[in-house]
Order: sequence, then C-alpha cells, then structure tokens
Amino acid sequence: MDRFLRESAAIAQVELIKLLRDPTEMFSRAVQPVLWLVVFGQVLAHVHGIYTGEVGYLAFITPGILAQSVLFSAIFYGIAVIWERDLGVVHKLLVSPARRISLVFGKAVSSGFRGVVQAIVIYFVALVMHITLRQEPLAILGVLAGVLLGSGLFSTFSLIIACIVKTRERFMGIGQLLTMPMFFASNAIYPLDLMPGWLRAVAQLNPLTYLVDALRGLMIVGGETVHGYGVDFAVLLATFVVLLMVAVRLYPTLVE
Amino acid sequence: MNTSAESRGFAVKTVELTRSFGRLTAVNHVDLAIPYGEIYGLLGANGAGKSTLIKMLTTLLAPTSGDAEVGGFDIIKSPAEVRGRIGYVPQLLSADGALTGYENLVLSAKLYGLSGAQRRARVGDALAFMGLADSAKKLVKTYSGGMVRRLELAQAMLHRPAILFLDEPTIGLDPMARHSVWDRLRDLRRDYRMTVLITTHDMEEAEALCDELAILHAGRVAVVGKPAGLRAGLGASATMDEVFTHYAGGAISESGNFRDAVQTRRTARRLG
Repeated sequence: MDRFLRESAAIAQVELIKLLRDPTEMFSRAVQPVLWLVVFGQVLAHVHGIYTGEVGYLAFITPGILAQSVLFSAIFYGIAVIWERDLGVVHKLLVSPARRISLVFGKAVSSGFRGVVQAIVIYFVALVMHITLRQEPLAILGVLAGVLLGSGLFSTFSLIIACIVKTRERFMGIGQLLTMPMFFASNAIYPLDLMPGWLRAVAQLNPLTYLVDALRGLMIVGGETVHGYGVDFAVLLATFVVLLMVAVRLYPTLVE
Repeated sequence: MNTSAESRGFAVKTVELTRSFGRLTAVNHVDLAIPYGEIYGLLGANGAGKSTLIKMLTTLLAPTSGDAEVGGFDIIKSPAEVRGRIGYVPQLLSADGALTGYENLVLSAKLYGLSGAQRRARVGDALAFMGLADSAKKLVKTYSGGMVRRLELAQAMLHRPAILFLDEPTIGLDPMARHSVWDRLRDLRRDYRMTVLITTHDMEEAEALCDELAILHAGRVAVVGKPAGLRAGLGASATMDEVFTHYAGGAISESGNFRDAVQTRRTARRLG
C-alpha cells in the first residue's frame, strides 16, 4: 500500500508541478463554465423556463456546471495520454517497476487537480453573481471529494477510450461524441423529473447524474439530493474502481 | 526465481523468440545470447524487427512464442523482476520538457523505489556523470538534443540496472552530441559494469561502440559477430555499410513503414 501511494503520488506530483508552472490551461478551461453560468444560466433564470422548486435556477445549475466542467476537462485526458505514448513517455513508465495501478491511479489523481481548480473558479463566479452557496467546511470538503472522484472517474474512462482508439484523431471524434450526450443525458441543467421516461432511464445510468446530485446537496443552501449522499458516492466510487481495473489492463496495450 | 541465464553468464538470452501481428511475423524465431558487460548492437533496416524485439525484452510486448530471459529472469513469468534490472531509453525523446532535468530524474527515482538520502545521492551522481549538474534546474525544453539524450541515460541508470536497452539513442543527433553519448555509454560499462543493448542504423556507431552485433533481416537473425569479423568475412576491404547491405537485404532506403518514418522525423524535429 505504501509503495502504491508513493508511486501514485510521484505521477500526480509531476502533473501538479506542470499545472502550477503553466496555468494557462486552467484559465482557458474556466471560460466555458463562466459562459454557461453567466449567459445560459442567467437567461433561463430570467425567463423561468425550468421549474426548480424553492431553489433559484442559477443556484440549481451551479453544481451542474461544476460537474460539467469536471467532465469536460477530464474526458479529453486521453489525448494527453496518447501524446505521451507518441513521445515514448508511456513506454518508459511501463518499463519501470512501478505498478500499473499506481501509474493509472496517479493519472486519475492528477486530473483531480484540474477539477479542484474548476471548483474554485465556479465558487468565485458564484460569489460575483450573488449565488449563495453553502460555506460549511464539511460541505466544501464533500464538494472536493466529489470533484476528485468525478475527475478520476471521467479521466480514467478517457484513458480507456485512448487505449482502445489509440490515435488522437479518432479520440477527438469519440470525445466529442461522448461529452455532449453525457452532459444532456444528466440532471446537470434540468431536474430528472422534467425528462421523458427514456431519457430519465439513460440519466440514471450516467455517473454524471450522481455527481451532480451529490454536488447539488453539498453546494446549494437548502439543496437536497435525490438519491442520497450514500448512493451518489457509492455509485461514483464503484464506477471508478471498475474503470480503474479495466484501465490497468488496457494501459499496457497502448504501446503494443 | 529463475537464475539459469545469469549462471551461464548471459545478460539476455532468447530461444526461438517470435512475435506476430496478424499475418505479419515481426520477430521470427530469434536466438540471441548476450554476455554480461558487452555493448551489443542490434542492426537492421526499418521494419526488420529491432524495436519489436526490444519491446519484448523490456516486457512491453508479450511474445507469440519462444522464451527469453533478461538479467536471469523470464520475461513472461517474472516481468516485474526483469523491470527492476533493466534501464530503457526509447527511440523517441521521452524526457518531459515541461519539467527540469532534476525533476525528471526525481520522478524516475521514485518510480524505481529510491527514496530519501539514496535518491538524492543517485540523482546527484547521475547528473554529474552525464555532465548535466549545471543544467539540472533548467527546463528540459531548453536543453540541446544531446543533453536530452544524456538526461535520459541518467534516468535509465539511476537504479543501477544490470542491462540498459537503448532504441536508436543517437538518431537525429549531430556528430558531437553522438560522440558524447557514446562516451557516456562506454563510461557506464566501465564504471557500473552495465550490459548495453543498442539498436542502430548507424554503421559508424555500430563499429565504434559495439563489441558484438546481430543483424536482423525480416524478423530473423541474419548474422551475429564482432564488427571486425563481419567485415573480414566479406573481404579485406569491406566496410560496415557493405556488411549491412549484404546481410540486411540491401534495402535500406526502401524498407520501413509510415509509422517508423513519422517516429524518426518526430524525434529528429524534437532534437532540433
């Protein structure tokens, strides 16, 4: 266990160093969630187009936009992995005695750093837009846990896709194909109750739905989860573990 | 634990090692026996099977059939033990340009299980050994091609591997940088008694650096011998280029595939 943690931390630390050294990506990725909140959120809040009960639409959508940011920044992680393969970095990592699971888990943790940055940006935008969010330390810790878990889950999913498609061109096509359906087939910008039956069924299978649900309870003042924190985190954790196991098997095939 | 190869004095031993991709047999019943302490050259045209062979010996690729032992351990049954005893420098430039030389080395040291004072000492030694101590805190993207290759050698030697695998390590380097890498490889053998298995297209490199050569052609070993012996076999005035052409099928410029060409160009481009 000690070795696993040391190796994973080594991989994650490198990504953190690079992120802090060149924060351009963090800022560029912050633009999209800001647009969703400031433009899309405000317009729909103004026209009262979606009924969200006691909670205002802007507050309702804020956790959804955070989850979306986590998804969008993590889902293209596979491109970076393909790039690393093309540069020989993956070869070198796999020839080291480090365990495969440490390498894959370290990658998942490092994607969590980007997710945390997205969370900070969204809290800041919410503050500027006078969207009141929960401030209790436990709630914020819960949000961080959800963001880390979600980032790890979606980046590992992305890694699996990268191992299957193997080229950046194919990955771009698949990535585009997956992100928007995953986003719209979730409760990120409208409640599950408003969906037609078939879409609700799809949303119930979508891990993003459970991330949004947990974040909604943890971020919104007076917000509630539909499934409960236990179910939300259990689904996210179980999905992550399954994806992690699959990725550990597939990661070495990237260099074959 | 299997140490039979070690007891026979071979750093690498393969028996009918074969790897197929669909109908293509990239490595075809290859038998090699590389003694400890040698600098051993693996030559062949693009697509001859050199990189596939290296991938199998470094546990990146499973053989279709046959056996191989590296550092005394079976590559199929004991891949983790093999990985702990080898160092690897891929054909492509794999050092992370966004990190400093020091940070690249620390990452490698951590992945090889070095910690605390030992890690600091090994990283310092490796930087000094490769002549990179003054550049350790600079970002690797500011390094010259030769410096990047020396850094990669430093990364590969941190854990004092018994065997070093180098896949075309001097491709794209200018003559000075190439000679500098050769010197370091000789130093590694002399000071750390490392066995070096190197793939190359460069006949000058093969002759200047390698104790023994194996030339691959279409996945098979066409010939094995010392450079001088191989030349003598073709006549008193034969050159290494002629040896290569004779055994590698005389198709240097026609061989290889699109992927090989892209990789080679990418490496050359990164080296500037």
